Amino acid sequence: MLQVKNISGGYQGRKIIENLSFSVKKGEIFGILGPNGSGKTTLLKMISGILPVKSGTIELAGKPLSAYSPKKLAQNIASLPQLPTQMFDYTVLETVALGRYPFQTGFFKRLTGEDEQIIQKAMEQTNISHLKNKAINELSGGEKQRVFLAQALVQNPVLLLLDEPTNHLDISHQKIMLDQLKNWTQSNGLTVVSIFHDLNLASLYCDKLLLLKDGKAVAVDNSSVVMNEKTIEQVYGVSIVKQSHPELARPQMLIIPEQKQEETYKVTKRDIVQTKELIYLKAASPLKTLSSAIIGGGFGWHSTFVNRHVDKSYNCQDSRSEMADFLQKNGFDQHATVAMMTAACLEDGVVSELEAEGVSVVIVVTAGLSNAVDAANSIKRNGIASGTINTWILINGRLSDQAFIESVMTATEAKTKALADEKVLDPVSNTIATGTSTDSILVAATQKGIFHQHAGTITTLGRLIGRGVYESTIQAIQLNQKRRGRT
Amino acid sequence: MRKQFIRMSTKNKHVVAYTATACFLIFSVFLGISIGTFHITFKDIFQIIFNQLFHTGLAPDIDESMKSIVLDIRLPRVVLAGLVGASLAMAGACYQGLLQNPLADPYTLGVSSGSSLGAVLVLFFGIQIPFFGSFTLPVVSIFMGFLTILAVILFANFIEKTMRIETIVLTGIILSSFLSAFISLMIALTGEELRQIVNWLLGSVAMRGWGYVLMLLPFFLIGSILIFVNGTELNALSFGEEKAKQLGVHVKRRKLFILASSSCLAGAAVAISGTIGFVGLVIPHVNRLLWGSDYRHLLPLSAIFGAAFLILADLVSRTIVSPTELPIGVITALIGAPSFAFILMKQRMERRG
Repeated sequence: MLQVKNISGGYQGRKIIENLSFSVKKGEIFGILGPNGSGKTTLLKMISGILPVKSGTIELAGKPLSAYSPKKLAQNIASLPQLPTQMFDYTVLETVALGRYPFQTGFFKRLTGEDEQIIQKAMEQTNISHLKNKAINELSGGEKQRVFLAQALVQNPVLLLLDEPTNHLDISHQKIMLDQLKNWTQSNGLTVVSIFHDLNLASLYCDKLLLLKDGKAVAVDNSSVVMNEKTIEQVYGVSIVKQSHPELARPQMLIIPEQKQEETYKVTKRDIVQTKELIYLKAASPLKTLSSAIIGGGFGWHSTFVNRHVDKSYNCQDSRSEMADFLQKNGFDQHATVAMMTAACLEDGVVSELEAEGVSVVIVVTAGLSNAVDAANSIKRNGIASGTINTWILINGRLSDQAFIESVMTATEAKTKALADEKVLDPVSNTIATGTSTDSILVAATQKGIFHQHAGTITTLGRLIGRGVYESTIQAIQLNQKRRGRT
Repeated sequence: MRKQFIRMSTKNKHVVAYTATACFLIFSVFLGISIGTFHITFKDIFQIIFNQLFHTGLAPDIDESMKSIVLDIRLPRVVLAGLVGASLAMAGACYQGLLQNPLADPYTLGVSSGSSLGAVLVLFFGIQIPFFGSFTLPVVSIFMGFLTILAVILFANFIEKTMRIETIVLTGIILSSFLSAFISLMIALTGEELRQIVNWLLGSVAMRGWGYVLMLLPFFLIGSILIFVNGTELNALSFGEEKAKQLGVHVKRRKLFILASSSCLAGAAVAISGTIGFVGLVIPHVNRLLWGSDYRHLLPLSAIFGAAFLILADLVSRTIVSPTELPIGVITALIGAPSFAFILMKQRMERRG
């Protein structure tokens, strides 16, 4: 569709684009990325034919741009530049109608019925029909953007060039516009070449990306190749973190604001408040968490941690919202809280603190053993019954995602070992239990101080977690058994 | 159904616009002929013109001298004022759109300075080219005007092949001030001709007769026809050259076309009547405010409106302190500025709601 071969050029002696080549297939959305001054707009002007190239060729549908007459070119390529200024009060309709210029012939260029239908349709597609008779200078930036998009659309182009199309749009219009573009490329075979400032939007919507730096291509490929931390850092000179989109296989880039070195915040055993009904921690600053708790599960950042006692007979259809209500009633912010529940008496919860080689960990375990399960034999069971060992591992340190997951593994292994050594039996299979039926875990790290890439059983952090969880769990089991023996 | 209604309503708007401005023009023409030291009724004017055109009978109270006043003195003056007004208004509208500058007027690119210099040269040296006789002044003036715009275009093209608007404007300003310096020089050096030169520069349509009308007419016709067929291109160009190019306008060719035709109008008007200010600047704006910016209608409407306006301005200039005639440029500004201010104010207040 569009073939750019070895082009170079710029403005009056200043070379801005250097020896650039790429091609765009029909029906693609092709994104141009790059820092300010990297030549994005210049490149787009060259493709639209308003800026001649010094060397190299640009071909549209197999023919060089220079072989098209201005009107023929405008029938094939339409542009949505950064907003043109307009001194005079044209109405929206007049502005959109100008897009039919390349199709008009004769001296006075009247609009035909067909022209009017195309204009009407484009205004509906861009949702500006109601603005029809307004002067464009009275419109907001986003509305103007849509007017000029409609003007480009009535040119019935095969190639649409956009210069930061989402610039003036709010998030809903950004999504609507980009979805529409995607839709048009798929249904009408429209090809789109667009400059983006927002790497993440580009990654979401573009089939292919061109990354420019100083007028040269750093990468031309699909988003999963172009969007990697190294390349982006090299081009933009800022450190960013790559994340996968939760729903799509499209990488997303997150920037990390510069932080002044804060005093390291430390969680200690004394911070844990323990009553009969509740064990909780209100941390002075949020901790990064990985948890299986009903509130605040998954990865996140939380500053309050709650383990709540409920009666054995607690049975609620929607325990999540019941828990949320409970938190609110007790003055906890549910959006900043990780909350678990247990039937165990919380006075029997064990809190311990371990430290070695400058690494410190606080461990909280509560154990209710009423429903111990052997994972290897749980397949023989039916029905759900609850029993809970809740484990918190609060780490003063910085953890990678791997370290978070390894912390969970290490803690689980230690817990299982504790149950084995205490000879806790699965009452159904009569084998040694590996846990109870609704165990929950929380790993929380301050993300300050020493960095831990791993937390397996032989790392310093893993050792502390393994030992701490093992000992605390044994102690909690014993306390629980004592209390059950009493009752 | 709804679509039809909207199409009708824009059509209606234009019907109203053309009817209203045409009535304004006809009224101005009659008023311009009617009022003077010798008052002539609308009915008599009507009869005299009809008699001249179709050889219909005349009422007995119309004598030859009255006929002569109407046909030889007032009518040519009114027609000339109308043509000059129309030319200036159209040229102004074109320059504003082409240069994307609401402050542009027919004199921005130096055409007027060129024409004026030609005229002043003729007056200063008392030149009389054989064959042209008393028409020496306008002929030299038109010629100089064209030389000027040619120089602007060539120089702009020399500096930059693409001839960006900014370059054209700057070239025009440079040349314009350079030529104005010569005019000032001659004013400074002149003795007896001072009054004549100043009067010419202030602009007038007095004492010209049909000869001047005939001289202006071809320029007027060619210029306005060339401009009319470029209405849509002017719309596109007023969104900027890049946008116009992206819309498929052959920008360089159209730019030269429009520049040449509007300079043709401006240069001829200045050569005939001197530098009458304000009309070219304000009439297009008034029409934009009244009827919208679409050049396909803005150009003819501005032309009619400009004609009517200048006829009225001329009428005021020769009657207000009669028998002395005031320079018409003074009157255009005196009437034009406040009425423009009023329209602007009204429109902005309406917009605010």
